[in-house]
Amino acid sequence: MSVAVEVKNLKKMYDGGSVNAVDGVDLATDEGEYLVLLGPSGCGKTTLLRTIAGLEQPTEGEVLIDGSVVNGLPPRVRKIAMVFQSYALYPHKTVLANIVFPLKAEKIDRAEREKKALWAADLLGIGHLTNRKPRQLSGGERQRVALARALVREPHVFLLDEPLSNLDAKLRASARDELKRFQQRVGTTTVYVTHDQAEAMGLGDRIAVMDHGRVRQVGHPVDVYDHPADTFVATFIGSPPMNLVKHDGTLVGFRPEHLLPDEIVRGERVMMPFHIERIEYLSGDRHVYGTVTGLGDETRVIARLPATVTVPLRADETYEFGCEMEQIRFFDADSGERSSPIRLGSGP
Amino acid sequence: MTDTVTAPPETRRPDIAEARVRLSDREGFLAWIFLVPTVVYIVALVGVPFVLAIAYAFSDVTTGDPSYDWAGLTNFNRVFEDDVFWQSLQNTFVFTLVSMIFIVILGKVLANILVADFRGKWIVRFLVLLPWTTPVALSTLSWKWLLHSIYSPIDWTLHTAGLIGSDHVYWLGREPHALIAVIAVHVWRLVPLAAVIMMVGLLSIPKDMDEAARVDGAGYWRRMFEITIPLTFPLIAVAALFGAIFTFTDAAVVSVLTEGKPTNSTHVLASWSFQRGIDGGDVGQGAVIALFLFPMLLAAAVLILRAVRRMETL
Repeated sequence: MSVAVEVKNLKKMYDGGSVNAVDGVDLATDEGEYLVLLGPSGCGKTTLLRTIAGLEQPTEGEVLIDGSVVNGLPPRVRKIAMVFQSYALYPHKTVLANIVFPLKAEKIDRAEREKKALWAADLLGIGHLTNRKPRQLSGGERQRVALARALVREPHVFLLDEPLSNLDAKLRASARDELKRFQQRVGTTTVYVTHDQAEAMGLGDRIAVMDHGRVRQVGHPVDVYDHPADTFVATFIGSPPMNLVKHDGTLVGFRPEHLLPDEIVRGERVMMPFHIERIEYLSGDRHVYGTVTGLGDETRVIARLPATVTVPLRADETYEFGCEMEQIRFFDADSGERSSPIRLGSGP
Repeated sequence: MTDTVTAPPETRRPDIAEARVRLSDREGFLAWIFLVPTVVYIVALVGVPFVLAIAYAFSDVTTGDPSYDWAGLTNFNRVFEDDVFWQSLQNTFVFTLVSMIFIVILGKVLANILVADFRGKWIVRFLVLLPWTTPVALSTLSWKWLLHSIYSPIDWTLHTAGLIGSDHVYWLGREPHALIAVIAVHVWRLVPLAAVIMMVGLLSIPKDMDEAARVDGAGYWRRMFEITIPLTFPLIAVAALFGAIFTFTDAAVVSVLTEGKPTNSTHVLASWSFQRGIDGGDVGQGAVIALFLFPMLLAAAVLILRAVRRMETL
């Protein structure tokens, strides 16, 4: 498969080098891939996207699109289309005029550009809104106008900057599904920036987790979730995050859903006494907050019991909990990076 | 986190039964208090003179004989028979329209400079705003010297550069030149105001609007004419109308720079009204001339309010 977008050792510094927004990123997308840049605010993901778009110039390194270096080229010749967090629709233009605008800039003749704009509007189900102004549209409709405006340019890459963050929670789930189906239909390589791990897990063919201007891990959502490269990824992804218990120089990590009452855990397992402090009921699941002892240092952890586990539990009591050996991950306590397994006192 | 919670240090607070409404809580009363100075100001300095002007226009009041006698339309007839009035009326509109065009174009250019980020932008902003902060009469005096018939440094520069043959242009002594000079001074002194108003407009455009247009492939001019100008149009209109009002009502530039010369050809309504009514002593005729400012200003005010309303709905 060919590569649509690639960045090589990309660095972006602000304030004369005192702030490294992007600090040496190497990343390449596959053709037609949906790559999600995920990270907390200020991690450099938006700066990386804007550098690919050409809205920022890198301090060091190269941006390649379709195999050519595009450093220094203006956004308009990069064969990219971008959807902004605010959608940035032109408020004085109608929906149709908004969608037509990039084609006008390309100097395509009137009949052809109208045809193409209407095609894009119909594809996104906003064909009936073409005469409205942006302020007369709902959040979801505005997002579709922004997508249609990006689509008519027939870009080689879509760059999406948190396009769902302005929608309310209920709309966000359906818009996410729509975005994914839209991309599958047009098959264009997409780089998608978000701080929302649910969006990243749901949308991405691959996820690149970023922190402090660096990519901490790139991989399939399942791999990133199951085999986090370091404690940052382990605790950033997953809700509630992975539990980490210090054992000598090593952090022992296990996901809340794998910490279960001992009688439920199958196979080889690690047992630990779990003193429960508080229980929350969240959409059928039980989130159990408490302290484990015996595994390493005494640590506050969270267990997530699915609705199918009906073992009676009460706060202020200690129970025997366990975790499958296979589900335990090990990290170096100093660097936070993955390390080799150590022997733990395992159960019977 | 500690499990034992200590009580906060004790603070004595008044009982709800002791609560009182303070003066600052009574918004209806405060509204009246705050509005009174403005109302007094407008009535005393705008309302009364306006009513007086209408009254004087139909009277035979002069500075020598202030007693009020009804004179019907006599003043109107005499003003209309005077060629200088028609010349002043025409000048007022020509000055206003021509300077408005230049004010908008140069103001837009300056506004772009004012919002640009470069080293030393504070100095440039300061210099740009200077003409606006100088009192009109003072700056016009310096222009009078710059355009002096004998000592004009502008003439000297043009002559030394070989752009004009003779030593002297006589800016203020010849008819088209004097008109151009008046317009130039108006433009020079009002461009900063227009630039600042338009700068506010430029700053209010979200940054990603411009970035979206750049990603959409629009070049500089397309972004300017299809995005920036439509989005700032209400403020451009306000800047243009402010420029128009200040030029239309101004008497100082003409009074100081040309004094209406040569042969009353550069008078505007305001300066002619002053010359007729105060210098010439015929208060009735002066009032009639001044009244012709009113319809134009009313129209400008309506247009400004409409532009502001459009800004709110955008």
